[in-house]
Amino acid sequence: MLPDFKSTHFELFGLPERFELDGVQLDAAYRHLQVQVHPDKFAHLPESEQRVSMQWSTRVNEAYQALKTPLNRAIYLLTLHGINALAPENTQLPMAFLMQQIEWREGIQSARSAGDVSALQAIERDLNRADKMTAAQLAEELDVHKQWSAAAQTARQLKFIDKIREEIDDSYAALDM
Amino acid sequence: MALLQISEPGLSTAPHQHRLAVGIDLGTTNSLVASVRNGVAMVLNDADGRALLPSVVRYQVNAAPVVGYAAQHMQSRDPFNTIVSAKRFMGRALADIADAASYPYHFADAPSMVQWRTAAGVKNAVEVSAEILSVLRTRAELTLGGVLMGAVITVPAYFDDAQRQATKDAAQLAGIHVLRLLNEPTAAAIAYGLDNAAEGVYAVYDLGGGTFDISVLRLSHGVFEVLSTNGDSALGGDDFDQRLFCWILEQARFPDLTPEDNRLLLTHARAAKEALTEYPEVSITAVLASGLTIDMVLTAEKFNELTAALVNKTLQPVRKALRDARLSIEDICGVVMVGGATRMPCIQAAVASLFGQPPLTNLDPDKVVALGAAMQANVLAGNRQDEEDWLLLDVTPLSLGIETMGGLVEKIIPRNTTLPVARAQEFTTHKDGQTAMSIHVLQGERELVTDCRSLARFELRGIPPMVAGAARIRVSFQVDADGLLSVAAQEMQSGVQAAVTVKPTYGLGDEDIAKMLQAGNTFAREDMAARALQEVRVDAGRLIDATQTALEEDGTNLLSSDDYANILAAMQALGEVLLGTDHLAIKAATEKLNQATTEFAARRMDTHVRQALAGQNLDEISSKFG
Repeated sequence: MLPDFKSTHFELFGLPERFELDGVQLDAAYRHLQVQVHPDKFAHLPESEQRVSMQWSTRVNEAYQALKTPLNRAIYLLTLHGINALAPENTQLPMAFLMQQIEWREGIQSARSAGDVSALQAIERDLNRADKMTAAQLAEELDVHKQWSAAAQTARQLKFIDKIREEIDDSYAALDM
Repeated sequence: MALLQISEPGLSTAPHQHRLAVGIDLGTTNSLVASVRNGVAMVLNDADGRALLPSVVRYQVNAAPVVGYAAQHMQSRDPFNTIVSAKRFMGRALADIADAASYPYHFADAPSMVQWRTAAGVKNAVEVSAEILSVLRTRAELTLGGVLMGAVITVPAYFDDAQRQATKDAAQLAGIHVLRLLNEPTAAAIAYGLDNAAEGVYAVYDLGGGTFDISVLRLSHGVFEVLSTNGDSALGGDDFDQRLFCWILEQARFPDLTPEDNRLLLTHARAAKEALTEYPEVSITAVLASGLTIDMVLTAEKFNELTAALVNKTLQPVRKALRDARLSIEDICGVVMVGGATRMPCIQAAVASLFGQPPLTNLDPDKVVALGAAMQANVLAGNRQDEEDWLLLDVTPLSLGIETMGGLVEKIIPRNTTLPVARAQEFTTHKDGQTAMSIHVLQGERELVTDCRSLARFELRGIPPMVAGAARIRVSFQVDADGLLSVAAQEMQSGVQAAVTVKPTYGLGDEDIAKMLQAGNTFAREDMAARALQEVRVDAGRLIDATQTALEEDGTNLLSSDDYANILAAMQALGEVLLGTDHLAIKAATEKLNQATTEFAARRMDTHVRQALAGQNLDEISSKFG
């Protein structure tokens, strides 16, 4: 018998199925569950118990990962409504966002080649603001208006912001920061 | 009740029998062993009351190798046969070692792992490490008065899987059952956190003799959650010695050196470095084999200038670890310093300036890792009392992925993912009619296959011929709490599949290890048989205990009377073979009982998880675990 994997990640942690959630409650529920199921608690017990514990602990980690960041949470919520926000055929993005994205990328490139850390930091602050605004928009679309396809597009923007953040991280590393 | 029949005196293990388990810090420069006794973790000293065992092994003709202080004293006089810092060579080929030329060794020509030609024959780092571990095992068994059931051995967090596997092999050679390889900074965090009841986000800065690690952890109500880790597995106190050594040579206008001179000056460089932690300047004097006298003064200021680049080299991983954890300097409550090299004032100053707070030094940087390992060993051995209830959630330090077209790596499990974890991704064929696919498993952060470490290769065969891109091949990675990786590949339409449990190769295969086991006098064979019997008996006893407890707790409400009877029968069968000395029969009966309880275990866990959340409301949990 496999562990009960039918429940949603929200149900597993006893949380309401919403985009906006209390991070402190999520963290606490996660730790509380891991304390019950983690393999280290079963290392001295029969193999059968160790195996079940591993499956459960993996499941709890997976659920936590899916709910921890706004991007993952949005994607997961959309999956629950039958939408794959990151499917290859779903590629539309607003023109303004695309322009903004190009601007960020060019900014990062030139800051990187000029070794200009403060320029990178400025773009990072910009990105943080965009991140917050996009998350707020997702909360509206997912929790209030239930506009799934609009939310899918917003989630894709968040994904792009994430990728650009990785480029900034790489640039800091390249500049030995 | 029938249950009592197997509990004859002397046969069943006592319900709370203490299993002897230790934590071992297998360091580049020094090694230690610690154990939890009467609820307190303590380092086990040698007969002369010394805690540290220098990680130095001297090989001799027709005599057992000498390990520790005695070997260390001979290193300048017998440099070819005295191996120091073997940890830097674990799981590494000569080509991997950037500064191989600066070591005073006779390296043997081998394409696999680094080997040395010594008076006792060709030796590798696994064998050298096994000698060190063997001495620590004997020390522990004499002190604790019994056979060890296992050990937690610490490794740098940034060790890759080849280096980890080499460490496991060394333990096997030394006759030690490895309960877990634990990351050194994590071990330190456990010891520090439990000792100080610390809460919040902490950084552990661990600069050892040959390796550097930085880990960021959240400590919350007994849960130690590693958020990120980074480092450099080829940067440590040794490099500071090397830098000083080069400076000495430069000052002395590059005299000709014998291998003995080489080791002598390295030893002096290290002594000077250590003296500078207390004094503003030191003099370095030595007489070389040629009669040339070296006599110079080194100031702390000059030392800082010489080593500034090395200090700086540790700060980049720190910044990366913070970025990976999405944290900034202000989020860090404290910085725990680990490793003898963190005694250098220049390191403490650099860490203080980066974090904007003085690092925490109210613990012994040499011992804290071994103590944390001992605490984890105690947990894994099942000795823990209720009041010691804590949990460690560790991560994969390096990304894991597979090779895709064009020699690129597709990451499947990114670095800093909490264990245990399972992830899958779909891939497709590249050519029309392709019926086989080669899966190449890699570890590392770089995009090119050639820049990552190869862990394993296997093939998925029998894919039905289709046009390119039509097959759907699902590759799943699973890493358990021990960090052991299993990879499986399945073609989704036909269902054909292949899987491997990844045992990283670093040049030594199972056969090599078996040969070394037979050749080595580190571990006698009769000892092995006795140990095997002892191990299966203890395991069987534990299983009976655990099953009995489980039946008492949940047997009547979760099992049908048939299932109950089945488990009981398997338990009695095990009890009977336990009377004999046939370790294979005991093992088989143990396995049977394990199988009989599989379904029961699943139901129990399911019920417990349900109760865990249903019993309390979320605010209560938040106040307990938030």
